[in-house]
Amino acid sequence: MSATDAAEAALDSPLNSKKVRRQRPEGKADRAKKVLTSKWATAGAIIIAVIWTIPTAGLFITSFRPADQIKGSGWWTIFQNWGFTFDNYAEVLTAQGASSANLSSYFINSIVVAVPATLFPLVLASLAAYAFAWIKFRFSAAIFIGVFALQIVPLQMALIPLLQIFSGALGISGTFPAVWIAHTIFGLPLAIFLLHNFISEIPGDVIEAARVDGANHFQTFFRIVLPLAMPALASFAIFQFLWVWNDLLVALVFSGGGVDVAPLTQRLAELSGNYGRNLHRLPAAAFISIIVPLIVFFSLQRYFVRGLMAGSTKG
Amino acid sequence: MHTAHRRRGLTAVALAGAAGLVLAGCTSGGAGGGGDADCSDYEQYGTFDNASVEVYATIIDVEADQLVESWADFEECTGITIDYVGTQEAETQINVRVAAGDAPDIMIVPQPGLLQRLIGDGAVVPASAEVEANVDEFWSESWKGYGSVDGTFYAAPLMASVKGYIWYSPADFEENGYEVPETWDDLVALTEEMADNNDSQTYRPWCVGFGSGDATGWPGTDWIEDLVLRMHGPEAYDQWVAGELPFSSPEIQEAFDAAGEILLNPDFVNGGFGGVESINSTTFQDAGLAILDGNCSLHHQASFYEAQWGEDVEVAEDGDVWAFITPKVDADAGDSVTGGGEFVAAFTDNEETDAVQQYLSSDTWANIRVGLGGVISANNGVDPSVAGSEIGAQSMEILQGEDTVFRFDGSDLMPAAVGTSSFWTGIVDWVGGDSTSSVTARIDASYPR
Amino acid sequence: MGVGPVVAQVAEAVQHVLPTARRGDFWGATIEKFGVLFIGLAAFAAVIGLVLFFADRTPKKMRDVVQLTAFVAPALLLLLVGLVYPAIQTVYLAFTNRQGEWIGFQNFVWMFTQDEILQVLLNTIIWVLLVPALSTTIGLAYAVFIDKSAGEKVLKSLVFLPMAISFVGAGIIWRFIYEYRAEGYEQIGLLNQIIVWFGGEPRQFLIESPWNTFFLIIVMIWIQTGFAMVLLSAAIKAVPTEIIEASRLDGANAWQQFWNVTVPGIRSTLVVVVTTITIATLKVFDIVRTMTGGNYGTSVVANEMYTQAFNRAEWGQGAALAVVLFIMVLPIIMYNVRVMRKQREIR
Repeated sequence: MSATDAAEAALDSPLNSKKVRRQRPEGKADRAKKVLTSKWATAGAIIIAVIWTIPTAGLFITSFRPADQIKGSGWWTIFQNWGFTFDNYAEVLTAQGASSANLSSYFINSIVVAVPATLFPLVLASLAAYAFAWIKFRFSAAIFIGVFALQIVPLQMALIPLLQIFSGALGISGTFPAVWIAHTIFGLPLAIFLLHNFISEIPGDVIEAARVDGANHFQTFFRIVLPLAMPALASFAIFQFLWVWNDLLVALVFSGGGVDVAPLTQRLAELSGNYGRNLHRLPAAAFISIIVPLIVFFSLQRYFVRGLMAGSTKG
Repeated sequence: MHTAHRRRGLTAVALAGAAGLVLAGCTSGGAGGGGDADCSDYEQYGTFDNASVEVYATIIDVEADQLVESWADFEECTGITIDYVGTQEAETQINVRVAAGDAPDIMIVPQPGLLQRLIGDGAVVPASAEVEANVDEFWSESWKGYGSVDGTFYAAPLMASVKGYIWYSPADFEENGYEVPETWDDLVALTEEMADNNDSQTYRPWCVGFGSGDATGWPGTDWIEDLVLRMHGPEAYDQWVAGELPFSSPEIQEAFDAAGEILLNPDFVNGGFGGVESINSTTFQDAGLAILDGNCSLHHQASFYEAQWGEDVEVAEDGDVWAFITPKVDADAGDSVTGGGEFVAAFTDNEETDAVQQYLSSDTWANIRVGLGGVISANNGVDPSVAGSEIGAQSMEILQGEDTVFRFDGSDLMPAAVGTSSFWTGIVDWVGGDSTSSVTARIDASYPR
Repeated sequence: MGVGPVVAQVAEAVQHVLPTARRGDFWGATIEKFGVLFIGLAAFAAVIGLVLFFADRTPKKMRDVVQLTAFVAPALLLLLVGLVYPAIQTVYLAFTNRQGEWIGFQNFVWMFTQDEILQVLLNTIIWVLLVPALSTTIGLAYAVFIDKSAGEKVLKSLVFLPMAISFVGAGIIWRFIYEYRAEGYEQIGLLNQIIVWFGGEPRQFLIESPWNTFFLIIVMIWIQTGFAMVLLSAAIKAVPTEIIEASRLDGANAWQQFWNVTVPGIRSTLVVVVTTITIATLKVFDIVRTMTGGNYGTSVVANEMYTQAFNRAEWGQGAALAVVLFIMVLPIIMYNVRVMRKQREIR
């Protein structure tokens, strides 16, 4: 349990309530005052926030400017060179030919790739994490550490052996399942590690109580562990979803590059590869690719932090 | 993925989309039909049930649409479905797919260097006798040679382009009394004349752009290749490309310095974009457009640059822009040009794949595809007038000409470590101010052992 | 276990579905793609469900083993096939040439004698020194600056936002910042415009070596700072107020409080943050790939490995670079394993 939780628990205790309640608001106000009165801190925060925001904001403005203005002047001159258009978005979303698809199709591909590629490792890793945390077996610690260490394998090197299996034994190269399985494998080490950290922090008494009641591992897992591990599951789900959605390399190899499977990032990289000619399409295309991760991210970000913090807050 | 070709192939798109499709109607009219194709031309390929062939290539966008269109009748008449997969990463991914045993049936290989390596790895299936017969009939010996290794013929040429055009505005020339130069010295003299006439801050005789994303520098290699071929002849060129004549040899350094007379002179470049240093950051697509604003008079780029001019610009001898081939150095020497092209390599040994290969090497296909516009072919069975544009027709005449010495783009033939890597970056460094001797020495050092 | 048959079935379903989803028919294709998605999810759920069901029903004697297998085997099997085996194969490949013949340490000799590759290694070291240090420092500073201030959530989101953007997207965003036009022309890249406003000469940020590496590094820092900031911010809030209060009463100033109380309190989070960012940095590929393609002396090991192996088909040299990458990450992993061991012992 983290220190804030402990503090909150103390807060709820009726015996201490007066004393604590008096103390905390004071402490809080005190700290806030200190930060806010420090000119340097305020200035620093503003500078960082501005620097971090400008690149994206600039691109956002650019994406609504007419093509010749994008090529001719910077977005900060928007007021001197006024121009506003949805043409860039309309063009990238709908333009297509006999051999290529429009951006909407790649958008759909990205969704079809990302959902299973997030859920599969989540399920498999939560099962494994439970086993590592609460089932006693030989070499459990060693295997767990081995799994953790697998994070160092550069996935570039795993591409060919996997593709060999997909195209040979399974015959699925260039299809969605190939991309799902590849992402599942590459996501597992981090997933098992994160979920294990969280699941192993569930108080032993809770698990014991369930066992005493006659629950077997499956019942314990589904009734006790899964509900309690929700923040960690959500956290990893966001992590993996962002990773899959934003991935270029895995998609490149396992989707076969065809328009039926290739995700947005791949199309974006191609547009970007022909930078000069696509200058006016790129900002709009980039924004379309950013929308979904932003929504996922902002709607779930509080879980994100809670899940990741497990195992790292104790001294 | 690092090849100039990928970019070069892509540029033909704008023209293809606009003029090409219209012209298709009046010239060939063969492709893109519905259910009423005339199948007599396709009987020789046989008919198949449920056969499909994957064609993998770097070609995307409108160019790819036209490619798909060009075999629509073939698909309908033979029953073979051609699954076209186009991605700019194909040149890299083909190595992965071959290594994993997941090779496509056919790949359109955009540069001979890669083709030779794939053949060397034993991945490519030799072409059938019928394909070879087509190539013997329709292509010159040198084109066949790029698709062969140790006397075995593997891959037929597909489309082509002519390098070394110098684009200009006929109106600008007429107004100022400029003549199209006959020799390289004339060209330099013309450049000087233009610089002397200049009274504008932004005008320079030449506009140059070597920028091309991660392939930046490749347009510069075309300059060097043109000059090596014209200054020292085809034998020296072949030796240089084969790695026998090093970059640091006097011959090649001379070619760099000759190009440098123009490229490194701030009075001559870079019209509409700035000084010498702006060459690397100006994209090759944008560079020539400065001719239209009157910011420059000359731009060196291949035949496919036609596509960049846009719909409103007439490309003709008496139009808005036109081009002449980089002139020869020795007035008495014969004509010579450099160019590029693609090759059709098969990785699967079966009848349907062979049928597709045969079709793509035929004059039937070449006529249909050239008729759709945007590209040209070195296939002798195509009448240059089929080409959708004057520059295309002229380029095809050059390619098919008996007395023109043709040499393939050198950087596409060199090992990847040089041709798509150190040669490009060498050009970038050279434009950035490094000496010819240090740049050429560095390129030599990058040759694989 | 269980995955093979599903995969084959799904593949078959896909093959049935896709040929009809021809290009041009957007809605038809979309419906069919979602069909594949649904079949995939259903098949996965069915297999996992069946495995668990039968493992649950096994006779008591074997139940422990079977249950354990059902829990860990699917994940371990996939890891074995997808990561362990490739890792072993890579190490082997690193000692072979293009023809697959054993050549001892030649690939490593090659690596350390080529100026280009030495540059790549040097670049990687620069990346791995700068990105974790700067991202963590800036993230921590920002977390402290905005702690308990009004609008903290919004301020956090601003810095957090780049985390959600793909490397490819970030590459595009930053190319618009670094865009160059020659002197005297209207700049469309913000950075050059600022330089020009201050009377400077526009620079080609992505081309001029060695500074271009630093401009790529900035992009990575831009992405990673949000991650550091969010975790550290949560950790700071977990430091008990009482301790800070106590140190304040002892007369410590704000800096001393931060350094003597806050930093020790968030030490383990710092380790996690630095580790994660370091590993991400060592593996950085997309940024370099999409922004410079590794040209102009900006390549890093992960990119060079890809170029050597896939672009040039020099598998041995690519694999040797991968091994170097293993070795570079190893100390970090070992440190973390030690920390993990300690934690397990406490438990």
